[in-house]
Amino acid sequence: MEKSDIKIIEEEKSFKQKLQPWGYLLPTIVILTIFMFIPFFQTIIRSLFFTDNFGKMQNFIGFGNYIELLTSSSFWNSVWVSFRFVLIVVLVGVVLGFVSALLTQKAFPGLAFFSTSYATPMAIASVGMALIFQVMLNPSVGIINKILGAHGNMLADPGKALIIVAILTAWLNSGMNYLYFSSGLASISDSQYEAASIDGANGFQQFMYITVPALRPTTFFVIVTNIINAFQSFGQINILTKGGPGEATNVIVFDIYREAFMNYRYGFASAESVILFLIILALTILMFYIRSKGGKVQ
Amino acid sequence: MAEVVLKNIGKTYTNGYQAIKGLNLDIKDKEFVVFVGPSGSGKSTALRMIAGLETISEGEMYIGDTLVNNIPPKDRDIAMVFQSYALYPHMSVRDNIAFSLKLKGVPKAERYKRVAEVAEPLELTEVLDRKPSALSGGQRQRVALGRAMVRNPKVFLLDEPLSNLDAKLRVSMRSTIAELHRQLETTFIYVTHDQTEAMTMGDRIVVLDYGDVMQFDTPGNLYANPENKFVAEFIGSPQMNILNGKLIQTEDGPALEFPREVFVLSDDIASRLRVEAKGQLVYVGIRPEDLYYAEKKDDKNVITAYTKNVEQVGADTFVYFDFLSADRECTARFNPARYVDVRQDIFIRFDMSKIHIFDKETEVSLLDPFDFYLEGTPGKSSIV
Repeated sequence: MEKSDIKIIEEEKSFKQKLQPWGYLLPTIVILTIFMFIPFFQTIIRSLFFTDNFGKMQNFIGFGNYIELLTSSSFWNSVWVSFRFVLIVVLVGVVLGFVSALLTQKAFPGLAFFSTSYATPMAIASVGMALIFQVMLNPSVGIINKILGAHGNMLADPGKALIIVAILTAWLNSGMNYLYFSSGLASISDSQYEAASIDGANGFQQFMYITVPALRPTTFFVIVTNIINAFQSFGQINILTKGGPGEATNVIVFDIYREAFMNYRYGFASAESVILFLIILALTILMFYIRSKGGKVQ
Repeated sequence: MAEVVLKNIGKTYTNGYQAIKGLNLDIKDKEFVVFVGPSGSGKSTALRMIAGLETISEGEMYIGDTLVNNIPPKDRDIAMVFQSYALYPHMSVRDNIAFSLKLKGVPKAERYKRVAEVAEPLELTEVLDRKPSALSGGQRQRVALGRAMVRNPKVFLLDEPLSNLDAKLRVSMRSTIAELHRQLETTFIYVTHDQTEAMTMGDRIVVLDYGDVMQFDTPGNLYANPENKFVAEFIGSPQMNILNGKLIQTEDGPALEFPREVFVLSDDIASRLRVEAKGQLVYVGIRPEDLYYAEKKDDKNVITAYTKNVEQVGADTFVYFDFLSADRECTARFNPARYVDVRQDIFIRFDMSKIHIFDKETEVSLLDPFDFYLEGTPGKSSIV
């Protein structure tokens, strides 16, 4: 192609016109700066200091907090607990959301009732639900012990406490997961199932060859957001177990809370926050890497 | 052997809506049958019932010698091409076409060999590794055809396969599908709302309206011998002009009386008249191509018409005018084209040997059919 002689003359903008877009962005920038960026950088800075009981930065100690953290067995316990917690939350939450979405894929009488029921956990505050769980799990009057015919306090059992808190969290997440999976399922055209049924696919094959591949992008998104959310769960742990029994449910977020607001070690808690941020960041990057390896869908 | 026989097939939905009423069709082996009708006529429902995607409320359906009422789609030995193509978006073109073979357990090498054979005539060889999203509309349509072809089905079902394509591509795909039918020598059942597609492709055409068969006949007969007013108006473009008239007896024989004119029927039409002319009200149909430009009024069967609009489209001249006894605007198609001024009185002659007469009440034709394939009609060339 010949070089074009047409020159694009850049339109001269007045000062006001140049300023206008920044004006639209300003409220967001201000809010994000006050509530996100300043605290974020403040946390990073504070993590490098020894702080007093009021959180004031006293001495610069470099990576001192980090070194202490990484050599503390309690911290590694928290990491291990967090990963187990996240694994259960994501597995159970995604499966619950996926299965409930599949159950309401086809129209049937009572569909609206079931759809609302499956989506409801999304609308419930985690603390409120934790309080209800506390009553349900009460060793003497709780319905769960009544049904199981058990007498022990499950929340006091180190083996069961984490599983119970994780399942509650998973169920709370399942409402949102249900919505995402439902919209993913709704976007699959009926004619694809019809074409597959003519091609000779039975129900299971239709599920494997049509539903599952079509939901891959949704599943990826749901897993990533669930992992991030699970790492940040706090309310239900605070109500139900307070990190206990022992350190059985002492996930990183709760440990941060404990270090900052019970032990008043703000610098140490800040360092732990930064580590948590790095863990979530690394996991998210890993997920995106795995997805790009798996080939782009659509 | 792949005849498709429908005996009193009916479809009633749970809400009581009757989509198909007592459908009786006998589709022969290797025949190309087109279901045509306006939206809501039940044509797609009928096709989906043949495919097994809709349950059959009543009646019996046979594919070959097998009663298929309760046989699932995969066991009916049919293939279907969908309006939306329904390609599997995450599979390559090759895997899309090979999917049915994969489910049957055909080994991979054999599968891909068959795909290559099908892809060749459809000009898909170059794009076999692409995903459907990277294809043009025409290519997707051909993949859908390939997916159907690879199975060697007894019956091909096509549900408005061309409606998502642009006008030019539609014309070329029409020939592709017709050619495919000749090559495969299989029964084809094709649904469309486009009467041009129906007329150009079908060996026989089922005209449907509100779940009822209006006529099941060859394209030539649908055009020349419409059994009722619906078919008369549905087939042919531009639409047949429908006038309100009275069938009367005159000294010169049976005639049609309009508010200002009386036109005597031609001998041929008079001999085919099923009823005695005794002043009954009738619908008179005349196709735009059976109206001719007349030089002067005193010719026989000529009316004066005030031209409301004139369209010069090269080979033809379309003239739109009002006629006193017509409920809607009339159209005349002058071929060869000639210059006609708009907003001017002109004379138009009726070819009284080409008119159609329908009962006012039942809208059924009052003329006996003539043998179109023996006698022919000069109008045939103008329907496509």
